[in-house]
Amino acid sequence: MRLALRETLLAFRRAPLLSALSIITIAFSLFAFGLFGLVAVNIRDTLRHAEERVEIRAFVSDATPVEAVGAALGDISSFPEVAHVAYISPDSALSRARRELGEFSDVFEAGVLPGSIEIRLKAGSRDPASVKSVADRVGTYAFIDDVRYGEDWVTKLYQIRTVATLVGLVLGLAFAAVAVIIIGATIRMAVLAREREIAIMRLVGATDAFVRLPFLIEGFIKGILGGGLALLLTWLANSLISHYLLRTSFFDPAVAVLGVLAGALIGLVGSAVSVSRHLRRV
Amino acid sequence: MIRLAKVSKEYPRTGFAVDGVSLHIAKGEFVFLTGPSGSGKSTLLKLVFLEERPTSGQLKVSGTISSPRGVPSREVARLRRKLGVVFQDFRLLEDRTAHENVAFALEVTDTPAAVIPGRVSRLLTQVGLAAKGSAFPRELSGGEQQRVAIARALVHDPFLLIADEPTGNLDDRATRVVFQLLRDINAAGTAVIMATHDLDLIRRTQYRTVEMLHGRVVADSAVASPV
Repeated sequence: MRLALRETLLAFRRAPLLSALSIITIAFSLFAFGLFGLVAVNIRDTLRHAEERVEIRAFVSDATPVEAVGAALGDISSFPEVAHVAYISPDSALSRARRELGEFSDVFEAGVLPGSIEIRLKAGSRDPASVKSVADRVGTYAFIDDVRYGEDWVTKLYQIRTVATLVGLVLGLAFAAVAVIIIGATIRMAVLAREREIAIMRLVGATDAFVRLPFLIEGFIKGILGGGLALLLTWLANSLISHYLLRTSFFDPAVAVLGVLAGALIGLVGSAVSVSRHLRRV
Repeated sequence: MIRLAKVSKEYPRTGFAVDGVSLHIAKGEFVFLTGPSGSGKSTLLKLVFLEERPTSGQLKVSGTISSPRGVPSREVARLRRKLGVVFQDFRLLEDRTAHENVAFALEVTDTPAAVIPGRVSRLLTQVGLAAKGSAFPRELSGGEQQRVAIARALVHDPFLLIADEPTGNLDDRATRVVFQLLRDINAAGTAVIMATHDLDLIRRTQYRTVEMLHGRVVADSAVASPV
């Protein structure tokens, strides 16, 4: 292992330009992947915020006894899809409407707005089918005049989410494949640059596992350095966009670490494939 | 020690490089392998050090059997630690000194680090290059580079030294020095198979000579008629 590490460091020292080029190539291919990831993360966040606003509002008939509404609230809160349920009295509805309308607040008079039950759903239960199911159940109470939940809006939101997920998956796979191919090619260059050394190692009786080890370490280190550089570039790009264009969010620290580790894994796999192919060929 | 039984090597594009060769080389023997270019000498040597597998027939080298079914890679590594190979073009690593080139062969085969410097110095002394350990290959003459390659081939005290045209790139004086070195190594008990075109070299000694033509053995001084 000590020798393998020394050979790896020697490879970096003997061909600094090739090593730097490999790391930069890995960094840029992962940077492209990182930028795409950033777009995906921000689209997902935006959709999640929009989803959180999905709510069902059930309008209660005038003169409904408070006890009946209270019993219904208890029932509804026990639905598995429901996160939060509250009764908005006519007075509360009026003051909320006045607050939201600002200078037009005087268009409403007392007694104009009905009381309502406001229902928020749990994450994972905000798809059109779940929302409709809850709305239908709420609508069965005799004192409920009308139930509204913006059916078209919920359906459209989910269509956007499905398309965004599919596009994200396809583009993400394409970017990842390009990164793997580019990284494999740079490591193949490193293997070819040391073709003579490999031939001599095998000639004097080094095992294939021994021949592979320095290249695997080299691929791993290049992957880590390339991944780290890509993370830095992505963070800089994100900061610039946030500062000059629009506020965006960055990866969670755990995701960022996973990204760098993915770079290392790609470096490792790229090396293993390149060296194994070479050893099979010679 | 080395036994070839009807060994052939056929390449898809160029046909038979070695064609039905049967041969036995005994422990400690010195054998010249001769014949014109393309006669199959180098391919035969590659078969012996397991760089190539036979298309048909079977070789047995110090207990390792090579056949068309192949040889496990661990077995290849194990055998190669028991033999040495030198080539016409030396095959040294240009960015390492003579000492480092020899040490490399020990380092990559699990030799304890503590014993390497002493053994390398002893080998460089044996080939007459004790004072040139810190020289890079480009700073050495062809003969000196070949002697470094021989020192590298001897790191594991091999039972067999395979030399493929080792004097092909050398002048007369360097050829004499390298050849004498190979004779000394043989005298110490290591078998040597040396492929060469140099008929003067062959005539100067009484060693066994195997002549090849078109992939076949056409003459063997150890036997009355071709094998």
